[in-house]
Amino acid sequence: MSKSLQIALLVVLGLGTYLAISSIYTVSEVEQMIITQFGKPVGEPVTTAGLKVKVPFIQEVNPIDKRVLEWDGSPSDMPTKDKLYISVDLFARWRITDPLQYFLRLRDERSAQSRLDDILGSETRNAVAKHELIEIIRTTKDRVPLRDALLTDAEKELDMGSLVPIQKGRQLVEQEIFAAAAEKVRVFGIELLDIRFKRINYNESVRPKIYDRMISERRQIAERFLSEGNGEAARIRGNRVRDLNKIQSEAYRQVEEIRGVADAKATEIYATAYNQSPEAVAFYEFTRTMQSYKSIIAENTTLVLSTDSDLFKFLKGMSPDGNGVPAQRSSGN
Amino acid sequence: MPSQNGNGPWSSGGKPPDIQDLLRQGQGWLNQMLPSGGASGFIVVAVLILAALGAWTAYYTVPSDSVAVVQRFGKYLKEVPPGLHFKLPLGADLATIVPVKRQLKQEFGFTTPGATDPYQGPRDGRRDTKRETEMVTGDLNAALVEWVVQYRISDPVKFLFEVREPSETLRYVSESVMREVVGDRTVDEVITIGRQEIETEALTKMQALSTKYAMGISIDQVQLKNINPPKPVQESFNEVNQAQQEKEKLINEARRDYNKVIPLAEGEKDQRIREADGYRLKRINEAEGDVARFSALLAEYTKAPEVTRRRIYIETLQDVMPGIRSKIIVDEQTHGILPLLNLDTQQGILK
Repeated sequence: MSKSLQIALLVVLGLGTYLAISSIYTVSEVEQMIITQFGKPVGEPVTTAGLKVKVPFIQEVNPIDKRVLEWDGSPSDMPTKDKLYISVDLFARWRITDPLQYFLRLRDERSAQSRLDDILGSETRNAVAKHELIEIIRTTKDRVPLRDALLTDAEKELDMGSLVPIQKGRQLVEQEIFAAAAEKVRVFGIELLDIRFKRINYNESVRPKIYDRMISERRQIAERFLSEGNGEAARIRGNRVRDLNKIQSEAYRQVEEIRGVADAKATEIYATAYNQSPEAVAFYEFTRTMQSYKSIIAENTTLVLSTDSDLFKFLKGMSPDGNGVPAQRSSGN
Repeated sequence: MPSQNGNGPWSSGGKPPDIQDLLRQGQGWLNQMLPSGGASGFIVVAVLILAALGAWTAYYTVPSDSVAVVQRFGKYLKEVPPGLHFKLPLGADLATIVPVKRQLKQEFGFTTPGATDPYQGPRDGRRDTKRETEMVTGDLNAALVEWVVQYRISDPVKFLFEVREPSETLRYVSESVMREVVGDRTVDEVITIGRQEIETEALTKMQALSTKYAMGISIDQVQLKNINPPKPVQESFNEVNQAQQEKEKLINEARRDYNKVIPLAEGEKDQRIREADGYRLKRINEAEGDVARFSALLAEYTKAPEVTRRRIYIETLQDVMPGIRSKIIVDEQTHGILPLLNLDTQQGILK
């Protein structure tokens, strides 16, 4: 083999390899291909994955993503219907459904993202401006919040611990933005899958006012607690006085009742015994009088007694009837 | 060659070497080596180099916590279990390793240092970390919420081929859902009483969304970490706590006073009632005793009334008399004795 032949062989080999490489291409599961010939799309887009063949040199492949793509909005400040400035951050998911259209209108993803920025940005502004803040914060219309057992009284009074009522809720507002934007992006060969609010927050300038309101609400609750504490303490002190009086007066009543019953019973016992016959009555009177002498007549008593008395009648003579004095009692006269 | 960009952090190490580049390099190198060499020699060397390259790119190992997804010329071929495996060389087969058994997590509002997964923490440093936590509650208050999402890759094929940025999308979903759940709750629920409920509801909603989005991710847990009111407001939240304590203290003090007095009064009441009962027993027993004694006496008295009367009379006077200091016994017939008496008072005889 001559040297020139060798070189020719090498060149042919090299050209052959280059030809082969430029006429085959692979399509991954995650992409689809638009074939362009001198920059102009030819034929249907290739949507199945695998090893494919094209016309070498003059045809080029343009990969376009087949997966669900994300759009992450940058946070932007906007006013709500109730004139509150809030910072809103959205995310959306989209996919390229008409790759040819997409390729012709947008060519690459960067311009797609910027169209989405514009469209979703303005639709978000529209929707937020039409709704009060609470409509994009809350979701479930009829949710009843849990309440701390300790907080309940104080908060009911202040109308706190309750949720601000809503008409629509976050999901419906999202739905509105989605519906408006989905229509507008369709012309780019894009299908918007869904959008969701990622972050919603008070704008820096609004925050101090919100914080002030929160602080004043908390202070009210704190005051309420103190006042409840004092009130409850006063109630307990009142109970103390009431219960004390009740207990003591009940004791008095029961004591008097018992003593009354006792006295009555004793009286009854005495009366029945002393009143059983006329003799008993006389005997009681006599013995009781005798008994009373023992206590009535004391040491310093001066007693003047007649010799006619039963005790001293014998001082004058032995015979009780010798003096013609009848046996007669004159006691303590 | 078209290749997949951003298939998550676990793409196989390095792209397979580009064939064209290699060939060109090989040609240059060979031409230097064999400036006038024969074509057959050149071909032998080229084949040798190709064989070496082929062998080098024809095997791969899958770690035990992962599986590999193999694509042949871009088309999905199979899922491969852990171990040593072979594939078509020179970029024909692409094996992507996906850690399906590893428990992954994403942190919101804070970062554990040294995380290898770039999606684990907030992306843009401190500012983003703070912004992630700021939320508005359903009573239009503000709260700072930190949380963690624990998840696994349940379907590696979906994870790789359905959604471009599954991990990033999961972060968006998580933030969005957490705000939705917090937005339906009062600040008190968020900070104190509703934590459990928030975790449960957020988990349910995130699971529903990740199923809907077909991300190939299964969410296992949502855990709330620190939840605080915003800094300027924290002081006033503490005031409420203090007031709550103060309230308890006031009530307890009043209860203490009550308890100091009332049980004692109850005891004293019982004491008085028992004493009264004692009085009752005493009265009745005494009456019965008196009556028994009287009845016994009466029985004897009725047998001899006159004598008994006399006896009792005399006995009584006998008892009484000795104690009296001045006794005057006057005869009925004696008159004018009265002026002689030195009576202490004008009242009379008994004093």
